[in-house]
Amino acid sequence: MSATPFIILSAILFTIGAVGVLTRRNAIVVFMNVELMLNAANLALITFARVNGNLDGQVAAFFVMVVAAAEVVVGLAIIMTIFRTRRSASVDDASLLKY
Amino acid sequence: MIAFWVLAPIMVAAALGMLFTRKAVHAALLLAVVMIGLAVLYADQNAPFLFAVQIIVYTGAILMLFLFVLMLVGVDASDSVVETIRGQRLFATVGGIALGALLIFGIAQVSVGTITGLQQANSGGNVQALAQLLFSRYVFAFEATSALLITAAIGAMVLAHRERLTPKPTQADLAKQRLRDYAEHGKHVGALPPPGVYARHNAVDTPALLPDGSPAGASVSRVLAARGTIRSAPAIAGDIWKLTGFVGDGTRATKDGAPDERESGPLGPIEGDPSEIDRHQSERSHVEKNGGAHE
Repeated sequence: MSATPFIILSAILFTIGAVGVLTRRNAIVVFMNVELMLNAANLALITFARVNGNLDGQVAAFFVMVVAAAEVVVGLAIIMTIFRTRRSASVDDASLLKY
Repeated sequence: MIAFWVLAPIMVAAALGMLFTRKAVHAALLLAVVMIGLAVLYADQNAPFLFAVQIIVYTGAILMLFLFVLMLVGVDASDSVVETIRGQRLFATVGGIALGALLIFGIAQVSVGTITGLQQANSGGNVQALAQLLFSRYVFAFEATSALLITAAIGAMVLAHRERLTPKPTQADLAKQRLRDYAEHGKHVGALPPPGVYARHNAVDTPALLPDGSPAGASVSRVLAARGTIRSAPAIAGDIWKLTGFVGDGTRATKDGAPDERESGPLGPIEGDPSEIDRHQSERSHVEKNGGAHE
């Protein structure tokens, strides 16, 4: 079972996630695309763990999952706070630091 | 490998769908498809522990959190199509395609070498081997993770917490406020009127009719009014005419077996066949005008 298709799938998913982060306006959807990129990276890590024959890649993927969980909790709390004050979850509205 | 070739197109399609759906809930559900597909690929690649973690943590916890926040924010919070930076979408797409091409061609050039496989590493069980690694070589990273998790939990609590600036109104305060509203604005003191249920369906979307035939706006939920699913008063009035033709309205005279003749309707005496709705509806305005005179 070759490893290259898995890595290419991971690259495709990562690219789609990156384009989504750049194009979407809704902060929650942007956040989902970040999760998609993290997942794509996890797939590459697990594939390389199989290629190398040791479990270090799987441990790294596990840490990515833990950090992603923490990140989602804080990020969604921030989005909720912004939504409460501005009644909008659009990333365009939070532009106060620009001026 | 069959699992891969079955799942990969589905996952790519779902991920592309995330780019093009307008509604955030649809994006979340498509993300769930991608995540479950990834979990199966993990299981396919000798990572049973991460398969379970992917399902439980990602699809179970993180995605549910996303949906939870989406429901709080409002399901209709869809994207705007207005570009704040001109040409941003185009540049992002071109840059994304360039990045994808770079990654794919780069990976295709590289030979990953012989695949060792995890048979030896997993010989004592995948979970046991992972635990051994986690608590020996990566023990400091593991400890740092615990600090990160507790920081995240406290941070989320601080962010979500809202300080109460005004004292919570007691029941006595609410009663006083209600009577003050009555004194100043003439707002009704008692409970709101219930909706009109006309034995048609179990309807909370039909406003109760006032004695003059106009709908009582306060008798239906504001949410239904905002959605525009309230049945309009003329439509309901038509239904009433139709239904009284079938079941009677309680005021019909049942003497001498003349079922179609009614001595009086809710709007006064009615002549003729009540099942002729159209004629009655055209006559109704006439009847309404003369209703008081007959009584």
